[in-house]
Amino acid sequence: MELCGATRLGYFGRSQFYIALKLVAVAQSGFPLRVESINTVKDLPLPRFVASKNEQESRHAASYSSDSENQGSYSGVIPPPPGRGQVKKGSVSHDTVQSRTSTDQQEPASPVVSPQQSPPASPHTWRKHNRHPSGGNGERPLAGPGPFWSPFGDAQSGSAAGDAMWSGHSPPPPQENWVSFADTPPTSTLLTMHPASVQDQTTVRTVASATTANEIRRQSSSYDDPWKITDEQRQYYVNQFKTIQPDLNGFIPGSAAKEFFTKSKLPILELSHIWELSDFDKDGALTLDEFCAAFHLVVARKNGYDLPEKLPESLMPKLIDLEDSADVGDQTGEVGYSGSPAEAPPSKSPSMPSLNQTWPEMNQSSEQWETFSERSSSSQTLTQFDSNIAPADPDTAIVHPVPIRMTPSKIHMQEMELKRTGSDHTNPTSPLLVKTSDLSEENKINSSVKFASGNTVADGYSSSDSFTSDPEQIGNNVTRQRSHSGTSPDNTAPPPPPPRPQPSHSRSSSLDMNRTFTVTTDFYVHTGQQQAGVVAHPPAVPPRPQPSQAPGPTVHRPVDAEGMITHTSTSPQQIPEQPNFADFSQFEVFAASNVNEEQDDEAEKHPEVLPVEKASDPASSLRVAKTDSKIEEKTAASAPANVGKGTTPLAPPPKPVRRRLKSEDELRPEVDEHTQKTGVLAGVLASQPSIPRSVGKDKKAIQASIRRNKETNTVLARLNSELQQQLKDVLEERISLEVQLEQLRPFSHL
Amino acid sequence: MAVCVAVIAKENYPLYIRSVPTENELKFHYMVHTSLDVVDEKISAMGKALVDQRELYLGLLYPTEDYKKRYGYVTNSKVKFVMVVDSSNTALRDNEIRSMFRKLHNSYTDVMCNPFYNPGDRIQSSRAFDSMVTSMMIQVC
Repeated sequence: MELCGATRLGYFGRSQFYIALKLVAVAQSGFPLRVESINTVKDLPLPRFVASKNEQESRHAASYSSDSENQGSYSGVIPPPPGRGQVKKGSVSHDTVQSRTSTDQQEPASPVVSPQQSPPASPHTWRKHNRHPSGGNGERPLAGPGPFWSPFGDAQSGSAAGDAMWSGHSPPPPQENWVSFADTPPTSTLLTMHPASVQDQTTVRTVASATTANEIRRQSSSYDDPWKITDEQRQYYVNQFKTIQPDLNGFIPGSAAKEFFTKSKLPILELSHIWELSDFDKDGALTLDEFCAAFHLVVARKNGYDLPEKLPESLMPKLIDLEDSADVGDQTGEVGYSGSPAEAPPSKSPSMPSLNQTWPEMNQSSEQWETFSERSSSSQTLTQFDSNIAPADPDTAIVHPVPIRMTPSKIHMQEMELKRTGSDHTNPTSPLLVKTSDLSEENKINSSVKFASGNTVADGYSSSDSFTSDPEQIGNNVTRQRSHSGTSPDNTAPPPPPPRPQPSHSRSSSLDMNRTFTVTTDFYVHTGQQQAGVVAHPPAVPPRPQPSQAPGPTVHRPVDAEGMITHTSTSPQQIPEQPNFADFSQFEVFAASNVNEEQDDEAEKHPEVLPVEKASDPASSLRVAKTDSKIEEKTAASAPANVGKGTTPLAPPPKPVRRRLKSEDELRPEVDEHTQKTGVLAGVLASQPSIPRSVGKDKKAIQASIRRNKETNTVLARLNSELQQQLKDVLEERISLEVQLEQLRPFSHL
Repeated sequence: MAVCVAVIAKENYPLYIRSVPTENELKFHYMVHTSLDVVDEKISAMGKALVDQRELYLGLLYPTEDYKKRYGYVTNSKVKFVMVVDSSNTALRDNEIRSMFRKLHNSYTDVMCNPFYNPGDRIQSSRAFDSMVTSMMIQVC
């Protein structure tokens, strides 16, 4: 300033402006700033001006210079409209005001330019400006002619200190000036911030020192995140929010918000833009977070900051749906991640880094799900999703994915859910399970739907068991279902919940046993009324007590589940089955103890199991339904195989055991095959025989049935895996065909 | 790829019109204007189903020109979206047009949600809307 003699004149006249420009050019070209240099270096390259930056810089310059120069006029800046009309190239005294107002003016005048840079960029340029001592002063007057701003910063890649200080400059003004919204002249506050720079315009040194001092101070406040809301700011916003809406968790309707923000006297266009930015969920109302963001933007705008194109990360309302974090990631890099997560507690930036910091435990738990992240497009989304779910007990029923306003996330959530269900059961094929269930549905098995849902539920109850899939059993189940339909007394049609037969069968274990035995032999012949009856038990629920008896809790469990699923509708029947089913689920818990109970203990178990089974019943029933549907699917494919297999599991000596086995068989095919599980089942089955039987003669029968069931399990599991593989292949083919179709289609018109 | 997108208010005055600035945009404006008649025709035609969510009509005018089909879309509040598409390179599928209109509609509702927007004003404040329209016009079909 002094160099160009503007100070003497007291305003930035034309000549002074030219001199200042020359100084800028000198500075940019790296020449020392001297009065003589202006004359000596005649052929200076024209100072480079970057309009957008200039506006930012000018705005900042204005903000700072106004602080320094026009403390009194600062209040004039608060209501921007008055200053609007002023010419950019005005007197210095008005420059600051004008710069502020001009920025506002420029907003509508040059909308293309102003929004280009968010404030973070401007501090950067500011830094460069201020590095140049005289340039700093010169900048102030230059603030007026915004477009002429040369990238002072570009030329002056000067001291980092200067840069740092300047970067610090930008945040403080908004923080300081936020009070101005209430029309309180913040000049005093500004003065405190810019004491030195305010006063000294004449001496470069003074200004430099002042600016440096200020810059240092500024920098310390918030280096990378000028959009961060300080605590006191936030408190102020919250108080304002309360005046409109006493409930902090409530919304401010759009009309009320409109009134409130209109008081800021910003142009409607800008208010509209602020609203666009801050109403994150586009619901026409502002939550507390949204309101604070909007308020902060208004304050920033009033202080001369350009509105960003995207909502800064620190202003992003922390929504429950973590998808926002993905959006945050897209935020302009200018809004650094550095400070926000750790610093501003109120600013809940959903950025991934902050998430990782704030939810370390979540991340740990999310690691479990990381394997599934491969499926989701954004691991960030996945992680956050996990954090949402992590608190839930993974072993419990699948958390119903109800994402909050995240449509894309729904996909992830569903994927996650599938994954979770899979993870629960260590069954990566759980999604496949769902698919298979879909297929089964196509096969007109109503239960399949239930099964799908039941799968998820069942997963919680009997993680490993449900997914055992034996091809044999699948076939058995299918046949059983069909037989069920035939055997009305025993069980109603398999697809619809087979009510009655189950309990009756379970009760009359002896009869059932006989039937089961015979049925097993004729399993696939569909003669099995008995078989159906037996089968009905498993599908319906009766298998429950049997499962306990049956070898291997795991084996039984799926069987029970299957039985239960099919017979879900018939609650009375299912009740006895449920106990069985519960036994299944708790089979592993009870280990061998349940195995022996078989028939005799069924009654005993029923009361015990009932409560348990009822919980697991729906799941198991669903699963059973699904497995049944699957069974039907697979039976078609592997009917002959199933026939062979069906016979094997059907030989539980005790009737309940038989029933259980059958239910197992039914369940197994339905369940996603899991060779591991079959192995587990086999192991369990093996352990079963070791369990002492209360009924002596049942022991052998049970063991035999256990063996049979194991075999059936393995076969069905194999079949299941094969079918799933086929399903995958078919889906892939379908996808490829669709792609080909897409490719061919454009050419059809030519 | 849309070459021109227009939002017409209920009273048939434009709220938003934007074209790819290649040719004389006046022609696009004229096309949109003429298509309004056809849109009104269709609206009045379907009396029972109040307003069909999506009415597409191809090649409204300018049959000689092999491209620049116009599509119409009417919302429940009789706000019309007219889109002129250039299908010379690829024939846009019906679904694509529908999805484009759906996006338009969503952005329009977002603009409506802004309390600072008075219905009936020109849509000039919403940058999201602008960006969405730009993406539609730039997209390569």
